[in-house]
Amino acid sequence: MTSTIMTQPTAAETRLGWESAEVRRRIRRRHAANRRLRLYGIAAICTAIGLLATLVVSLVLLGSPAFVQTKLDMPVLLNAQHVDPAQPARGNYRAIVRSSFLSLFPEGAAMSPRDQRALFRILSNGAPLAVRDHVVANPGDLGKTVTLSVPLSDPFDQLNKGKIRRDLPENRRTVTDRQLAWFDHLDAQGLISMPFNWAMFFNSDSRFPELAGMAGALVGSFYALMVCFLISFPVGIAAAIYLEEFAPRNRWTDVIEVNVNNLAAVPSIVFGLLGLAVFLNFFNMPRSAPLVGGMVLSLMTLPTIIIVTRAALKAVPPSIREAALGVGASKHQVTLHHVLPLAMPGILTGTIIGMAQALGETAPLLLIGMNAFIVEPPGGILEPATALPTQIFIWADSPERGFAARTAGGILVLLGFLVMMNMVAVWLRKRFERRW
Amino acid sequence: MFSLVIGIIGVFCLAGFLIGRQRLIHQTAAAGARSHSLPNYYGLYVALWTGVPSVILVLAWLAAQGGAVDRLLLASLADSAVEGKGPAELSLLLTEIRSVASGRIFGQPSQAVIDAASRLNLWQALAGWGMVAAGSALALLGLFFTRRKVAPEFRARQGVERMFSALMIVSALAAILTTFGILLSLLFEAFRFFDRVPVGEFLFGLNWEPQIPLREDQVAGQGAFGAVPVFTGTLLVAFIAMSVAMPVGLFAAIYTSEYADRRVRAVVKPIMEVLAGIPTIVYGFFAVLVVAPALREFGRSVGLDVAPNSALAAGAVMGVMILPFISSITDDALSAVPNAMREGSYGLGATKAETIVNVLLPAALPGIVGGVLLAVSRAIGETMIVVMAAGLIARMTANPLESVTTVTVQIVTLLIGDTEFDNPKTLAAFALGLVLFLATLAMNITALKIVQKYREKYE
Repeated sequence: MTSTIMTQPTAAETRLGWESAEVRRRIRRRHAANRRLRLYGIAAICTAIGLLATLVVSLVLLGSPAFVQTKLDMPVLLNAQHVDPAQPARGNYRAIVRSSFLSLFPEGAAMSPRDQRALFRILSNGAPLAVRDHVVANPGDLGKTVTLSVPLSDPFDQLNKGKIRRDLPENRRTVTDRQLAWFDHLDAQGLISMPFNWAMFFNSDSRFPELAGMAGALVGSFYALMVCFLISFPVGIAAAIYLEEFAPRNRWTDVIEVNVNNLAAVPSIVFGLLGLAVFLNFFNMPRSAPLVGGMVLSLMTLPTIIIVTRAALKAVPPSIREAALGVGASKHQVTLHHVLPLAMPGILTGTIIGMAQALGETAPLLLIGMNAFIVEPPGGILEPATALPTQIFIWADSPERGFAARTAGGILVLLGFLVMMNMVAVWLRKRFERRW
Repeated sequence: MFSLVIGIIGVFCLAGFLIGRQRLIHQTAAAGARSHSLPNYYGLYVALWTGVPSVILVLAWLAAQGGAVDRLLLASLADSAVEGKGPAELSLLLTEIRSVASGRIFGQPSQAVIDAASRLNLWQALAGWGMVAAGSALALLGLFFTRRKVAPEFRARQGVERMFSALMIVSALAAILTTFGILLSLLFEAFRFFDRVPVGEFLFGLNWEPQIPLREDQVAGQGAFGAVPVFTGTLLVAFIAMSVAMPVGLFAAIYTSEYADRRVRAVVKPIMEVLAGIPTIVYGFFAVLVVAPALREFGRSVGLDVAPNSALAAGAVMGVMILPFISSITDDALSAVPNAMREGSYGLGATKAETIVNVLLPAALPGIVGGVLLAVSRAIGETMIVVMAAGLIARMTANPLESVTTVTVQIVTLLIGDTEFDNPKTLAAFALGLVLFLATLAMNITALKIVQKYREKYE
């Protein structure tokens, strides 16, 4: 039977010998399909990388101007008649700044009050404050003329950065032709400079973009993260040790395990609702406080820490435990003296990544009111504050042009912190990770 | 006050540790006997019993103090000041008293308020000192009683370990407590909402206009709470997000797990992780500033009218956000398929593509489906992107170029800046939150079950 089949091939088989054109065509088609799938994969990855690049490039382009600030190096006559030397903080610095500014223009004294108002719009509302700070720090300078660097208001900051087009008709830009001429007059005298914008880091929030900074948000985020760490780190590790090393395998521990995994996937805004209903309304904790923010964030970070800690504990080989038990250590001693220290690098890496997530979390903080307008950095965890992401959200909602750059600048700072935290985590993993 | 009492308790703990340890060392030296445990355990035993109960007492005191003082304060106000006032007015009164008490005086507070404020300050000081006294006393009591237990034959190590175990169990229960807290707070507020608005109207009503007139004569919507347009908006945005993330994520994962060599993987995977690590507010800003204007511009050039906050912009950016999630889950699922299946397929003469499509993907399907479900639940619960890039007005439409609103957007807009808890507007946010929580919970549990089953199959 077999021999007949072998010796008498069917018609179809003859046609489809390995060398036949049909089979070659089919193979070519199959290989083309293979190349196509590969190409789709490459295209998908290029898309992802391209999107990331677009995101980063657009943020850098938009945000980098926020790190410099247009300033006027103005000779200021610290006229003693406007300031009481006994109380230098309460002088009439507005008058000092205005008369000094007016004297920079030859036609200054002859200007109509209306023109003067238009002229003073070039200076930021923060200019008198800068002069005041100088006088408070150097009371001896009263009566002298000193050169101070004061910020310009947002439209002129934008103008100097080239964000306002001069060729637009006058009624379509925020700067009038006369103001343009005045600005050019100052620029021609070499009084305009653009130094690094330290105010971005040392000022708190302000209604004026050129004065707004994120000191309050940085301090608020620091407090909130500290509270979050102090709660979620010990509780998370203790819970993970119990579940991994001590808990009997029964229905209860299964429930806890499923529960932890689910909590890690609950939308963050739901945690905000919990914080609002329980912490603020039931326990009457203060609104907008970093304490409450940190507690809400700790509830979100807890499952992450439990999960990474369990993974790190699992990675410690059983031989370590058995050796310690063998020389007479108790179960607690084995865990606390041997297993936990060996798992620590993994736990710390996971914790830092969890903290980085908490730092970028916005939605729950909005619900507990950490998006208020607050002009001073918080002095403690009970005082109202904003956090970095909520500050970014506030700025993103503000219509002034300068705030768009501030928002992108704030995002760059936030991303900078995240990159640093992740680099520390990677370094920890590289430096201390042990493969068994 | 709090740091003071914690400091005092800390000092007592340290003292307890030294006293317990020293006492044991003296006793063993005097009796010439060996102790049951190492000396440090005796110290720890005393310190733990000094510190733990008193810290718990202090925390409980803090939790109860605010409410108790408020109630006392309300009871102390003259009947004429309280009579006939609703809970909203009462809480307004309390807020005024509190701000006067902390020195922030606006306008002309009445004499009764000023008196109440000084009473409040007094009581708060009293309560604070009471907490310090009670905490310190309990710490001292613990120190005193456990110190007497210290003796060479006392099993201190077991005592310490029991305490540690108890603390660990309490920590593990914290996770359960969180879930209960979420469920209870959402249910409680949602039931208050359903007292005013029938469940049927909320779940099946077609009109969502939560703006309620604040004054009687104000011209505003009458407040309609039919959430169907909000749900459809959420689903539309999530659908757009998935249709961006699914193909890109799947193909990217197929490439990295099956085609790419090790060097390419080493570059591509971290980039995906970076995409996953970017905070959602950054994506939101990106959507508003770059994607939405670009879409609008593109729409204008082909003659389409794209809303400035179109569902498409929000959904597409959300797709970028969940893309790394899908690709990493798919990657895991593909690498979990045993090599024998791959090699079997190659041995039959299949090309790589045929192996992937006909063998690997079917084998990995449960894992992929689980991952996609998790991604959908993430898309539905995602907040910041839609808050910044999607609209506020609930509209029932399947057109991605129009603006829609989502559950999370409504929760945020209903609750920002509004703390009064007695009108349906704020309570509606909790009803929406309950729906969101239950929907995502169901998806998460299903997804985790599928993924787990699948893992067991190949391990």
